[in-house]
Amino acid sequence: MNLESKENGDFQVIAVHEPRIDAAAAIRFKDRMRELTAGGAPHVVLELSEVEFIDSSGLGAIVAAMKQLGATRRLDLAGLTPTVDRVFRLTRMDSVFTIHDSLAEVRAVYSG
Amino acid sequence: MSIRFAFVSGESEVRQALRHLRQELDQMGIGDEDLGLAELVLGEVLNNVVEHAYGEGKDGRIRLTCRASGDALAFCVCDTGRPLPGLVPPPGLPPDLDCAREDLPEGGFGWFLVRSLTSGLTYARRLGCNVRRFRVPLSRPPGRAEG
Repeated sequence: MNLESKENGDFQVIAVHEPRIDAAAAIRFKDRMRELTAGGAPHVVLELSEVEFIDSSGLGAIVAAMKQLGATRRLDLAGLTPTVDRVFRLTRMDSVFTIHDSLAEVRAVYSG
Repeated sequence: MSIRFAFVSGESEVRQALRHLRQELDQMGIGDEDLGLAELVLGEVLNNVVEHAYGEGKDGRIRLTCRASGDALAFCVCDTGRPLPGLVPPPGLPPDLDCAREDLPEGGFGWFLVRSLTSGLTYARRLGCNVRRFRVPLSRPPGRAEG
């Protein structure tokens, strides 16, 4: 599970360099997210533009990653591809997460 | 036009099966959006077989057939694992998100996605096999990839 983390001013960006977050990858994804977010950045953005496919297990793993942050830290999503976006909208998870079109949009919103 | 293949139950085997299915559907001229939805539905159904019908430490074969039928893809998925509880597929109710963050569901989306994206879902236990049939509607007919 190739995740890359960068501190980016007021937030931490974690880019997923994988084409799939599926049942075969969900546990490793959750574990890597726990390691990478251990530093305590208050605002984490998960960048998903390389992820072409997510299933219900992958969706559950992203929810779990958000819950791992506790009540005061937040997890936003950015760069959803069409099929991934469809899964978030169908399950109404788009109402739980703040979803940005791209990292550029995140920067514009929070660094301006 | 039809697709028919079998594979051994397992998470990585499901990945391979989905890749194979994608290639075959692509050759049938199924568009990208429909391909994505078919892969999503089949991923849920096949992983459900791996996790529940066969489960930990038990392996067996999964047979899949698919044919283009009018404005849909008609699928049949068979296995020789445990029957569905009550011999009825779950209703697939929408996940309840009206709760505190720590109570948000991390599972239970699978059948909801399947129910949302398919029509005509049936299940039967026949001669020791679980037989699931369902249709995935197509947004455009196959074979017109060139446009």
